[in-house]
Parts: sequence; C-alpha cells; structure tokens
Amino acid sequence: MGLAITFWIMAVVAVVAALSVVFQRNVFRAALALILCFITVAGIYITLSADFLAAVQILVYVGAISVLIILAIMMTKEVQKGNLANKMEIPAAVVGTVLLIILVFTVTATSWNIAAESPLSPTTAPLATKLFSENGFILPVEIGAVLLLAAIIGAIVITREK
Amino acid sequence: MLANYGLIGLFFIVVVLFSLSMVIIPIILRLLKIVPSHPNPIKNSIFECGVETIGKTWVQFNFRYYFYALIFLALDVLVVFLYPWAVQLRELGLTSLIVVFILVFIVLIGYIYAWKKKVLEWK
Repeated sequence: MGLAITFWIMAVVAVVAALSVVFQRNVFRAALALILCFITVAGIYITLSADFLAAVQILVYVGAISVLIILAIMMTKEVQKGNLANKMEIPAAVVGTVLLIILVFTVTATSWNIAAESPLSPTTAPLATKLFSENGFILPVEIGAVLLLAAIIGAIVITREK
Repeated sequence: MLANYGLIGLFFIVVVLFSLSMVIIPIILRLLKIVPSHPNPIKNSIFECGVETIGKTWVQFNFRYYFYALIFLALDVLVVFLYPWAVQLRELGLTSLIVVFILVFIVLIGYIYAWKKKVLEWK
C-alpha cells in the first residue's frame, strides 16, 4: 500500500517534471526540471527493489549528466532568449509522434513475463560478487574500463584546441 | 530494506516542507502586518548572492569548462564500478583488489594522456 502510494507520487512528479522540461521557455529551468525527473526515476527504481540502479541513477544522471547539461547551457549563445521554435518544428513533431506511437505499441503489445521469484534485496552485494569474484565477469569489467579510456581520449582529441 | 529508504523519503518530505515554510513565513508575517513593508533599492538588492553583475548576466562561457565536465563524467562512471566492489570488499578478497587495480590503471592511462598532452593546463 505504502509502496503503491510512493510509486504514484514518484510517477506523477516525474511526468510533470518531464512535461515542464518540454514546455518551459527558460532553458535553465528546463534543465533543473530534468534533474527533478532524474531524481524521481531513481525513487521509482527504489520501489522496484533496484537499489544499485537507483544509486547509479543519482550518481551518474543527477551528479554528472546534469552538470554536462548545465555547462552546455552556460556555453549557449543568447540563452536568455529561451527555447525558441525554429524551422525544424514540424519534422521534430513528426518524429516525436512516430516515436511515441512505436513506444506505446511496443509497451502494449509485448506480453510482460513477471518472474515468480522475489527480487534480491539489497542488490549491490550480489552484483559485486557477480562482477569481481574469481568466476565472475572480470573480463567484461576490464573491457568496460577500456571503453571509459576510449571515452576520455576521445574527449581530449575532440575538445583540444589546435 | 525498503523501510530504510522510507526514512530517506521522510527526509525529502521534511526538506520540501522546510524550504516551503522558509518562503511562506515572511509572506504570512507581512499579510498579518507584523513585518512592515517599506521596500527600497538597498533592501531589495541581492546582497547575499555577491556583487551585482555589470552588463548581461547570461554570458557565453569558455568552451574549455566543458572538457573538465567530460573528464569528471568518466571518473563518475568509474565510481559505478568501484561502488559495488567497496560494498563487498571483505568477502571478495585479494583477487578483486587486483581486478580493481587493473581497472583503475586502465582508466588512469587516459588521465596521464591528458596530463602529458597538457590539456589540463589553462591557457
């Protein structure tokens, strides 16, 4: 009962925040609304017993992606004019509508199999055992580190001034 | 387990109520005529927020700041790997420590590259 109430509060706040991201004229306020949306999504993860995913959501999305977005706004020219419409308005509306139709169709047409087992709780410790123990996914973890290395070097190469 | 998160939820509710009350209390006090309303430029100035800007406040910042944000993002994603390992540190033992050392070393190469290429210096 409490879980359902929490879920609905989170869901309503997330949808309202997401709508305000789209409808706000002020880009900076839209970014702050997006951060609120990220936080409520983390709350929804907690109600689904995905506590590690919630921590990652807070750490990466609320902590880092929002910094990137706000920095991008700081670098935007004439940002005080706000979120102006341009000639891409109609194509964007078409693409958005098509994407919405595809998503709604996929969500409603898929038969969602719900596992009979109750979820692990907390999830962080079993996940660590899976990733770092001797017969765990050690190689994929190291490949993930290589991917990060590629991202860092890519960022250096792209942003370096000649 | 979920009860612990309930405490965090309770904390969030307290945070929202506290910050709302900090805004609402002065408004109510003014409506009740307890606080006199004599606005003047000095009283209305944003003295807590530093010096008032000269010219436009929304200036375009240097692109170089974005690079630091990107580098920070890579470190943040590294923490995603380190966090579950740190939670389960005692049970996982020495093998996982070596794994994590290799992990950090691989990512560190990128930072050494950045350092050697002098991209962390501000010109």
